[in-house]
Amino acid sequence: MIAQSNLAWRHKKAMFFRCFCIGVTAFAVFILGLLIYQVSVLGLPWLDAQFLSSFPSRFPEKAGIKSALLGTLWLVSMTAAIAIPVGVLASVYLEEYARPTRLTEFININIANLAGVPSIVYGMLGLAIFVRFFQLERSLLSGALTMSLLILPVIIIAAKEAIRAVPGSLRQAAFAVGATRWQVIRAHVLPSALPGILTGVILAISRAIGETAPLIMIGALTYVAFVPEGPMDEFTALPIQIFNWTSRPQEEFHELASAGIVVLLLVLLMMNALAVYIRYRGTRAK
Amino acid sequence: MSSQENIILSIDDACISYGGKLAVRNVSLPIYEKKITAIIGPSGCGKSTLLRSLNRMNDFIHGCEQSGRISFRGEDLYDPGTDPVEVRLRIGMVFQRPNPFPKSIYRNVAWGPGINGLDGDLDDRVEKALRQAALWDEVKDRLQDSALTLSGGQQQRLCIARTLAMEPEIILMDEPCSALDPVSTARIEDLLFELKENYTIVIVTHNMQQAARVSQHTAFLENGVLVEYGDTDEVFTNPSNKRTEEYVTGRFG
Repeated sequence: MIAQSNLAWRHKKAMFFRCFCIGVTAFAVFILGLLIYQVSVLGLPWLDAQFLSSFPSRFPEKAGIKSALLGTLWLVSMTAAIAIPVGVLASVYLEEYARPTRLTEFININIANLAGVPSIVYGMLGLAIFVRFFQLERSLLSGALTMSLLILPVIIIAAKEAIRAVPGSLRQAAFAVGATRWQVIRAHVLPSALPGILTGVILAISRAIGETAPLIMIGALTYVAFVPEGPMDEFTALPIQIFNWTSRPQEEFHELASAGIVVLLLVLLMMNALAVYIRYRGTRAK
Repeated sequence: MSSQENIILSIDDACISYGGKLAVRNVSLPIYEKKITAIIGPSGCGKSTLLRSLNRMNDFIHGCEQSGRISFRGEDLYDPGTDPVEVRLRIGMVFQRPNPFPKSIYRNVAWGPGINGLDGDLDDRVEKALRQAALWDEVKDRLQDSALTLSGGQQQRLCIARTLAMEPEIILMDEPCSALDPVSTARIEDLLFELKENYTIVIVTHNMQQAARVSQHTAFLENGVLVEYGDTDEVFTNPSNKRTEEYVTGRFG
């Protein structure tokens, strides 16, 4: 009653903020939509069984993405197999076991910093350590190890946040019935933190799928006419193949690149769907 | 005092500090077997800290230090050779806020006995614990439902059942009714009377009437110091210390 004019003004401000947020979201969705539209228009006509099952070629109509697609699947599976256990266990250690000393603090800060290091730097590190020092050559294993280094900070940070969000009262309840620390972590902390951990893993793996620079650095090939059969084989990956096609002068290859991007997005989408499904099952099992 | 009273837990000259700040100062206190001992006192007086030291729950608090001796049936709880997990097996705890596991009602009660490999049929053990906690009739048809679907009072009784399923020798309760409504509180107090037959209970409470109703012995703490300890009747009707009298008559705190 006293300050009606003021109230009207506050409602206006609230409305303005709401519209602003809607506008920003719409902008982001619009850009994404534009990208998908453009890529689809160019790429979809090329996207057929022949494209998926052929090796690269200098004739656009014969060129395909088989080696790059399988290379990416190999690379991502191996990276996940290395980075997820290491990352999750490291975050369990940092959150559940490590005492909050200066050293722990130092490690935490540096992990956060590592998440912001440009990927090309990881490529150089991978070249020096895995390719040269450990003599792993330009193999899938070198690539997967390098990618693991790249995404470890992302996984660790997300998993740490998820573990920290598990209420202390839950841990206390478990300890109070005579559980060891491992039993508390295994039965209560990890299941409760699982959705958050998976979100971090999805983000990290998505990043690994899209990275090109470190792979070029460690010498992944741009023209591969065979399918990798083991972790020591040479390989190429989707983003490298796409990059290669876009740098060619012929228009047809640019369209092939678009088709490659569609495939990349589909792979990404399927992996995310898988993680969402696991997360859904995890929360329902409770 | 009634006849034959055994001291099951003896606190001698306990001092507990957090990061150098003393929270409990030189407290000595006996806990009698199969009796209810109430610890009362104003907020921040150290009563929860003292309670948590009795089953080594303070181990998880960084910077918490303890001196003095707490012996359980003659064994030093803080001896380097004592396994804190075994201590918590034998001395259970119910917390201030109901903290059921986000799992089924059955799993909440069965988890402790399961991981510790306690003897006997797990189903029987769960049923017995739930009956003792006066929750069985309300949940027997939905044991597989999530514990989070229960009301606050039911959740707290489930937490008590979870503790009872371990058949501990002592049950520590940290203001178990502070988050509950009067009806749920009354149910839990009734429960305490029954449990007293078989269990030793130490209960921290803000509620003076509750301490007077349920306990046989009462300790009054203020600023980490044990001001008075004695039979509950004594402490409430004829306290020897002026501060105790002021507190139990509600003049402060």
